[in-house]
This record gives sequence, C-alpha cells and structure tokens, in this order.
Amino acid sequence: MNKWECIICGFIYDEELGLPDEGIPAGTRWEDVPDDWICPECAATKDDFEMVKI
Amino acid sequence: MNAETETRDLVIIGSGMAGYTLLREIRKLDKELQITLICADRGDFYSKPMLSNALDKQKTPDSLVTQSAEAISEALNFELVNHTTVTAIDPAQQRIDSSSGSWTYQRLVLATGARQFVLPIDGDGAGDILSVNSLDDYRQFHLRLDDARKIAIIGPGLIGCEFANDLALAGKQVSVIGPDPWPLSTLLPEQAGQFLHAKLAQQGIGFHLQNTVQSVQRGDDGYQLALADDSQLEADLVLSAVGLRANLDLAESSGLNTDRGYVTDRLLQTSIENIYALGDCAEVEGRHLPYILPIMQCARALARTLTGYPTEVRYPAMPVTIKTPSCPIVVAPAAQADAEWRLENTEDGIKALQYVNDDLVGFVLVGDAVTERQALSRLVPDVL
Repeated sequence: MNKWECIICGFIYDEELGLPDEGIPAGTRWEDVPDDWICPECAATKDDFEMVKI
Repeated sequence: MNAETETRDLVIIGSGMAGYTLLREIRKLDKELQITLICADRGDFYSKPMLSNALDKQKTPDSLVTQSAEAISEALNFELVNHTTVTAIDPAQQRIDSSSGSWTYQRLVLATGARQFVLPIDGDGAGDILSVNSLDDYRQFHLRLDDARKIAIIGPGLIGCEFANDLALAGKQVSVIGPDPWPLSTLLPEQAGQFLHAKLAQQGIGFHLQNTVQSVQRGDDGYQLALADDSQLEADLVLSAVGLRANLDLAESSGLNTDRGYVTDRLLQTSIENIYALGDCAEVEGRHLPYILPIMQCARALARTLTGYPTEVRYPAMPVTIKTPSCPIVVAPAAQADAEWRLENTEDGIKALQYVNDDLVGFVLVGDAVTERQALSRLVPDVL
C-alpha cells in the first residue's frame, strides 16, 4: 500500500485508508481511484499527485 | 525602453500558485500558444500551502521545490523571465516596462499575489520581524530557526495558528499575540475558537489574546517584546502573520481599478481590456478570497477564456482546510453576515453550521467533525 501526495497543497491520499467519506473504500489502490477524482483540498487532478517516498 | 519592444501573445506576471496553475491549465488546452512568464524570484515551483506545515512534513526549503524553474519552463513550454520586476503597465500601448526591459503584449495576466502587511511596531528590533508569504521568505525564516528556541508570532489567524502548531510540534516554545478574543476569531464562532485554543495550549503554545505588541527591542540574547497590558515576553525570533494585502503596485501606472485586489468581472477581466487578474491579487465580483481553491477555479476558467472559449468563473462551496494537525479544522464561511450559528458537540470536536432562514449556508468543522466535510460541502450553496 502506498501514499500519494498532492504537489500543489500537500494533501495525502493513503491507499490503506482510502477516502470513505468520498465513497473510496479503504484499500483502494491509486490506479483504481477514478480519473475524474480531484484533490479535496485544492481541486488538483490525479496528475498532480506523486507517490510519497518512504 | 524604446520603440524596439518585442511583442508577446500572452504575458503572465507572477510565478506563484496562480501564475503556474494558469499556465498548467492553458497547456492542457493549447500546446502552441506563446507564453511569457515574468517573475521577481527564481521561478521555482513549490507548494505554497506547505510553507506553514513544512517542519511537520519534514520538508526543507529546497525540498519544497517540486519543479525547478528550468524544469517547469521546459515541461510547460514557456519563456521564463525571472529575477525581474515589472515596474509599469501602459495599457494604451499594451506595453510593460520591467527591470529587464520592455515588451508589448496581446494579453496580460496579473498574478502578482499578496504580501503580509506589517503593523507599525516600535523598537530597534522591529525591523527584524519576519513574515512568510513566499519560498524566499521561508528560506530566511528557516535559516534563523536552528538558533531560535522561543518564537513569538504576531497574529492568531489562519497563518499564525498554522505556523504556531508546526513550530510547537518541532519542539519550539511558541507564543501567539493578538487583539482577537480567541484564535481564528474571524472564521470560527467562540466555542470552536476556544476548542482550538485549548488544543493548541496542550501543545505548549502560549496565547496572549486581547493584547498587542507595542515594541520589540533587541536584547543581549534575543528580543524583548513589550505588550499592551505591560507584560514582557522574550523571543529569539518574531514572526508577523497579521494578514494579507494584495500586491497592487501596478495599479498606479496602469490606472486599473482596485479595491482589495485588482477588480475583475467573472471572466477575470480587469477594468482594462486585455488585462486579466487571478489569485491573491484579484477581487472577483467583489470577493477577495486568498485561498487555493479559488485559484484553481479561476485558473481553469481563465485558461479557457484565453484559448478562445470565454468562460465565467464559478465558485462552488470551497471549504478551506486549516493546517493545524493538533486540531484539524475545515471552514466554509457563509457569505451572509447575518447567518445564525447552530453548534453541536461531537466526540472530540465541534460541528458549527450556519443558517439563514433554515437554509444551510456555511459551516465550520473542528476536531473529529472534519470527516463531515464532503457531505456538508454538497449541501451549501455556490459562493458565486
């Protein structure tokens, strides 16, 4: 499971947690997040996210 | 600076979130349009919202840069004129003068941002007060952090509280001073503000509210702050975060209408044809909203307008996340001043809803209540 960070605002999408409030269940992999999903904090698109290196 | 000025199709002034987001959105629609971007700094792309929680995210000033000026100008295919200050606009000639020469433009976009305004404060240390509204500001601040144990922040607003939380989590001893009755008093109802106050106090942050800094004197070891209630405070570093003012330096030469920003209509056009504005320097249909979501909305609309599809900007509900990890907060303030608060305690937080005549028009979520943000965002009306 990976984490993805928005390069615009720093919001983190954590695959392990998903975003249940937005209908994305825990464990949803990044590639399975809908393409038209936007960052809840800054409205950036999926293109503007980078995988967080751990 | 004579008749031999070169002409550019589109000139953008400013390399902040507004300028670069617009550029990125234009390139999604049009790969060919000739674009020149002029900026005062290096032009590196960085995440502005992360400045106030960079320590917690373990970012250095350098690692906040996600794309260097060179990389972004290549990726987005534009001409970058950096380290350059635009000094005047002549709308009749469609010409701009700068520290690096003059150009004429077909269309011009102002994305000049804002700056922290500085309150007049007495004392020989007043000139050493820092404020942070750009990566360059942050570099200065960061250089002095290692030697600073005690930090005083003037202004318990959004930026002040975010920095206070970030610095406290990094082990600094933080004091926050301001006339407000509770932190974030312009956005939060009292009960929510007191909740935030308590959470930040648990992190060791000392609040000096309903109080102001009268003077900052240099001492042998750091600074002495004299407060209005005659108390004294010591600090190794003083940060001012009392509020943003749009950078409107080009208003005088151009004759552009301004209020809290360059005044624009919903097409983001200013009072002068072929000059547009967006971001923290713009007041769009009477609204000056220096946040990230309005920039996104404006950039997307303006990108369409500039590529041949005139598009009015629409502001849906745009909840603002306040980056205070010790007490998460989301606010979607009502436009109406007379909205009535209805508060509800959650397990470890507060849900505050704003109503006008039983219609939900805004909300504030604090602590564990922030999980309701998406659900509530769908219920509140568009801002514009």
